[in-house]
Amino acid sequence: MTGRILGISGPTVTVDLTGLKLYDMVRVGEAGLIGEVVRLERDRAVVQVYQDTRGLAVNEPARGMDAPLTVQLGPGLLSGMFDGLQRPLERIREESGPFISGGRELFPLDRDRSWRFIPAKREGEEVAPGEILGHVEEGPFRHPIFARHAGRLARLADGACTLGEALGAMADGREISAVESWPVRKARPYRKKLSPSAPLVTGQRVIDFLFPLARGGTAIFPGGFGTGKTILEQAIAKFVDVDLVVYVGCGERGNEMAELLEEFVSLADPWSGQPLMQRTIVVVNTSNMPVAAREASIYTAVTMAEYYRDMGFHVLLLADSISRWAEALREISSSLEEMPGEEGYPTYLSSRLAGFFERAGVVETLGGQIGSLSMILSVSPPGGDFTEPVTQACLRTAGAFYMLDTSLAHRRHFPAINWFQSYSLYEREMVGHFSERVAPGWGELHRRCRELLQREETLREVAEIVGVEGLQDADRLLMKVAERVRQEFLSQNAYTEDAFSPPEQTLERIAGIVELFDRAEARLKEGALLDEVLKES
Amino acid sequence: MRLSEHIYRTISSIRGPLLFADGILAVRIGEVVRIAYPDGTVSDGEVLKIDGGTVLIQVFGETRGLDLATPLVFTDAVKKAPLSAEIIGRVFNGSFLPLDGAPMFVPERWGPVTGMPLNPTARARPEEFIETGFSAIDGLNTLVKGQKLPIFSSAGLPAREMAAGILRNSRLAGGGEFAVVFVALGLTHHDYSFYMQVLAEMKSGFVAFINRAGEPVVERLLAPRFGLAVAEYLAFTRGMDVLVLVTDMTNYCDALREVSTAREELPGRRGYPGYMYSDLASIYERAGRIKGMAGSVTMLPVVTMPEDDITHPIPDLTGYITEGQIVLSRELHQREVFPPVDVLPSLSRLMQRGIGAGHTREDHRRVANLLYKHYAKGRDLRRLEAIVGRDGMIESDRLMLDFAEAFERELVNQGGARRDIDETLDTGIALLRRFSLETS
Ligand SMILES: Nc1ncnc2c1ncn2[C@@H]1O[C@H](COP(=O)(O)OP(=O)(O)O)[C@@H](O)[C@H]1O
Ligand SMILES: [Mg+2]
Repeated sequence: MTGRILGISGPTVTVDLTGLKLYDMVRVGEAGLIGEVVRLERDRAVVQVYQDTRGLAVNEPARGMDAPLTVQLGPGLLSGMFDGLQRPLERIREESGPFISGGRELFPLDRDRSWRFIPAKREGEEVAPGEILGHVEEGPFRHPIFARHAGRLARLADGACTLGEALGAMADGREISAVESWPVRKARPYRKKLSPSAPLVTGQRVIDFLFPLARGGTAIFPGGFGTGKTILEQAIAKFVDVDLVVYVGCGERGNEMAELLEEFVSLADPWSGQPLMQRTIVVVNTSNMPVAAREASIYTAVTMAEYYRDMGFHVLLLADSISRWAEALREISSSLEEMPGEEGYPTYLSSRLAGFFERAGVVETLGGQIGSLSMILSVSPPGGDFTEPVTQACLRTAGAFYMLDTSLAHRRHFPAINWFQSYSLYEREMVGHFSERVAPGWGELHRRCRELLQREETLREVAEIVGVEGLQDADRLLMKVAERVRQEFLSQNAYTEDAFSPPEQTLERIAGIVELFDRAEARLKEGALLDEVLKES
Repeated sequence: MRLSEHIYRTISSIRGPLLFADGILAVRIGEVVRIAYPDGTVSDGEVLKIDGGTVLIQVFGETRGLDLATPLVFTDAVKKAPLSAEIIGRVFNGSFLPLDGAPMFVPERWGPVTGMPLNPTARARPEEFIETGFSAIDGLNTLVKGQKLPIFSSAGLPAREMAAGILRNSRLAGGGEFAVVFVALGLTHHDYSFYMQVLAEMKSGFVAFINRAGEPVVERLLAPRFGLAVAEYLAFTRGMDVLVLVTDMTNYCDALREVSTAREELPGRRGYPGYMYSDLASIYERAGRIKGMAGSVTMLPVVTMPEDDITHPIPDLTGYITEGQIVLSRELHQREVFPPVDVLPSLSRLMQRGIGAGHTREDHRRVANLLYKHYAKGRDLRRLEAIVGRDGMIESDRLMLDFAEAFERELVNQGGARRDIDETLDTGIALLRRFSLETS
């Protein structure tokens, strides 16, 4: 299937190919740039091109690939760093220098690396799809290789193997490979979805204690620039209690990614002690990389995340920021001259987002194991205005909302999560869970902490009228204590030891402050003076 | 590939800075089109969009004076910038033509004007301190090599004097060869003379690209890219540390909006196009350092916030891309604080790595955190003061009010003097000590 380029507008190219399917891959131009069909007409197709179209000319060739955009799934994805099309960025750098010139085609996985395959089946055995044929050791993880077809095993490797060669063969002649391709826009199948029931411990007190998240759940944190979205995403990536993390740098800064890479290589996962990078996959399409690949990047990432979920792992997908994805969608939509919805975003923005969120969840895998995929996405609302379409579309589906507050950030209160506006739909269940697992007092302290902050707010309003001098001692005490809750409990400096707080420590801290408050209040009732009481504490 | 230039006289319409031409064969996106005006002058344009034989061209010069019979020369090449070490000391207009009377240099090579994205795995983390001489920056919002840190100003505030101060006073750690690339977009004659004088007095080398207020608007889209192509060359081929000063990005964005409107694109916030974020990123993200290479590109764009509004799309999108911002305050300016930097909304995201032992001074982080914390508290209390009055406040709160005032007067304010980092930190420590705050 070959044809010619008819027209070019930004990232979209019109070609005269026929017989294509929607979302088929197409190569355009002498340079063979990769694209995806986004619109079909009788005698032409419009292709969203993933690389810079500059220099592309009309009449240059176009060729249909007869397959949708896929990713390669197999051992060796962990600790990898890919662009939005799953191209291995380290190898691109080794082969073509520090700048990305486009057009380069590299297999995402290392074909020559030797793996040790430990078979679980033998030649002659009958296998069903989804059955484990054996596994390789990928870092600290046991990476199972599943049968994809039913039939009898004719041959199966044992010991050293590479991805470049077949792992074995079925009796009907079909080869067995440790690598599988999967179309990124299609969710991977599972047996059934379960409802989230276990907490996702992030190590951030304000989240774990006030607005806890569940494994398999979804959360967003919108905030203007400088409110701490990236630092929070990265802190969670470092400390979160899951097996694997997929981090998507979606349309953001290059220097941030350099920072993340450098830190992740040297840090250890606080839960397992293993090098952090070994449990991490990074997908990065910075703001200056092609915008159509940015649009694809979150799908590339979620497909890799699902792949590991299907092995029974708990996976967390972090994306910074989903707004940049939505803007990429808007740019493509506008070069297609589609009828715009709110603020120029296409009308399918919210259904696309909902479809993406839908790929999160706790599942019983085809192999009968339990795996989960959770998502935490940052949102960058223009002007810090939360009524904008992307924030609103996310709110309709996300299970937790952490509102990042510019005024907290300006006061250097980080994470700048506003404790009045934020919520988690998992709160009740997870608080119950922590009460059972960590300490029975968790729920009561949770209530007390909320109450303290609430009362502080009311008193602050009063103080604005009468002055702090005009408040009663008991109220001034409460304000002092609430200040400690904010400064010593809710805020966590990412650049210190305190960046990570396991649940026991979280509880201990809030218990200490509340206890102190109770004691001080009792002393006041006995007639002690506020200044004395404050000195004692 | 075509073998020669093609000439067409098929302009079908002229709309603002845009031309439409018909019946064009084998044209490329981004191809340079030479436009020969009836009066004999020549200007460049660039192909923005192709639909069959119909081509949309953006003209970098004036479209005034063009007619439909004007010949268009399709060059089969995308825009390239001439590069050479001889460029240092030269002044060009926004189309890269010499403005200083000297002949054009002989290029050693040609580089793509739009640049190519830097592979994130090739980036080296910016962490080498640049001492600007301003306490509000060096002490509290430290700038490092390879960073992009804009100055958010408002009409009537001395962003110009501040930028000039940074140019004059900056000292780089590790002292490699240092050069300034100055890009002026829509500069008034008054500002132009001011900056040219500053550049002339500088000891380090500079290259200037000047587009003045009366010159073609669309050229403003090109000039920063020329400047950055030169900066990348000086940094990563010649190993120099390059500081790129662009003023004013607000004029750049207005030019972008003008072209977008002429294209009848759907306007986004305040009429600016929906792709402005990606477009600005293609400029700002060119700052950086590369692993295993000497040299760096550091960017200091000046952004004038329309209506003093930091949520306006220009400062907003800029702040989303750059690694922090230095925000100037009208109130401080009125109180004759220079530089009038409001440190609360200001931020340097790369500060953490660039300070402390081996970079600035061991106590830098502690001093900065304390100053910041107490100043923020004092500023918070000003609101309360406005409501209940100073007398309604407790003693410790009154102390914080005084501290905030002293902080602005003594640390932020420094008039025309240059302070090195030791002086900045010592001033801060003295201030904390005076208010007995140095240990909390
Ligand atoms: N948890 C934190 N601890 C300390 N400083 C923080 C924290 N979160 C954010 N910051 C400060 O805020 C700045 C901006 O944070 P960042 O995550 O880059 O914001 P955003 O991504 O929302 O623009 C950081 O450079 C840092 O100085
Ligand atoms: Mg960020």
